[in-house]
Amino acid sequence: MKPAPFQYERPKTIEGVLAVLNQYGEDSKILAGGQSLIAMMNTRALQPRVVIDINRVPALDTLAVEDDTLVIGALVRHSEVAGSPIVREANPLIAEAYPHLAHRPIRNRGTLVGNLAHADPASEMPAVMVVGEAVMTLRNHDNLRTVHAEDFFLGPFETAARPDELLTEIRIPVAPQEQGWGFREFSPRKGDFALASVATVMSVVDGKIASVRLACAGIGPCACRLADAEGILAGATPGEEAFAAAAAAAVATIDPQEDFHADAAYRRDLVGTLMRRALADAHGRCAA
Amino acid sequence: MSSQKISLTINGESVEAEVEPRTLLIHFLREELNLTGSHIGCETSHCGACTVDLNGKSVKSCTVFAVQANGGELVTIEGLANGTEMHPLQEGFYEAHGLQCGYCTPGMLIRAYRLLQENPDPSDDEIRVGISGNLCRCTGYQNIVEAIRYAADKINQAEGAD
Repeated sequence: MKPAPFQYERPKTIEGVLAVLNQYGEDSKILAGGQSLIAMMNTRALQPRVVIDINRVPALDTLAVEDDTLVIGALVRHSEVAGSPIVREANPLIAEAYPHLAHRPIRNRGTLVGNLAHADPASEMPAVMVVGEAVMTLRNHDNLRTVHAEDFFLGPFETAARPDELLTEIRIPVAPQEQGWGFREFSPRKGDFALASVATVMSVVDGKIASVRLACAGIGPCACRLADAEGILAGATPGEEAFAAAAAAAVATIDPQEDFHADAAYRRDLVGTLMRRALADAHGRCAA
Repeated sequence: MSSQKISLTINGESVEAEVEPRTLLIHFLREELNLTGSHIGCETSHCGACTVDLNGKSVKSCTVFAVQANGGELVTIEGLANGTEMHPLQEGFYEAHGLQCGYCTPGMLIRAYRLLQENPDPSDDEIRVGISGNLCRCTGYQNIVEAIRYAADKINQAEGAD
């Protein structure tokens, strides 16, 4: 089995990529790590007319903190992000989630930005980006716009990126020192996509929850923020009681899909349990 | 589609070839170069049978196009032994019965080869996590873990003796 024939383009600059994208739009696909794209081309689920390989565009490999913002370019591999002391310091939630994401050989090729552009509903990182308030930078041949992670993920494998746009980088505010974080996931095999996962950040001031963000993945069409649960937690005294109430609210609002991996009731139970644990982790990591 | 010229180093030898852009690295190795040691399993990056070492990293050669390996340095299972002398990993798989049908073995060996450079003295848990991208349907993994442990000990002892 082989991918269907395609025209292979390998520009050396972002402008070059954008020019090709402008010309071919929906008939083209961006190749970064290829760990989802090439697999889908191998089964011929995808047969793009043009493949635009961005691996020789040096301007896309930024991994740095600039002005209290963590910047991760489109070519930065999962392995690099997962092992980066800069990332661990700037946003420990990302580092916490990484052991759940695939396996070393896939992380060596696959890119974080590519993972987000692919928008698999069961992937961990969209939920992490929603909680971390990431901002996505989208460029086409004559424009640059930014989209918040919460507005970026629209459905299964569907994002706000238009056919002529390249997701060049993501920008994530550096997490405040006093902020705690938690990420919990359940998958039947290590490295597999999640049946359910929950990401959260929390800060506590004077014994009360001053701010909290919560999102889950593997439930529904895309990573979703759990606003009702956040509302219950805001101003509450952190502890098992508040976490259980928030989990109950989240479980009541989500509408998990049923598939051969798990039924909806099981996924609801998972979200409740994972959420209570993630919140307890985050609380334990809040600087007093 | 027009072919592209690529040149790369495979197991220490320079290779030049013309490939179609759609040619997967695993197909290039097996069908063009007759290096059939690396196996094709799932072709969707799940199973790890096709794992090779590209520029010092384990990658699944079913989800890399051959044109992307242009200029790269590749180690495949054929490059592991030193002449007729087995690599400590190969010896470990032999001694500890780290295989039954053998289908996953080349991928396991090449992944373990890089794993022991990333972490020369891994715990059993670290070995299990390290090879979690490689599926074996025969052994239950226990003997594979023991084989890698055997190789790590042997390599570390040899280095300690230097």
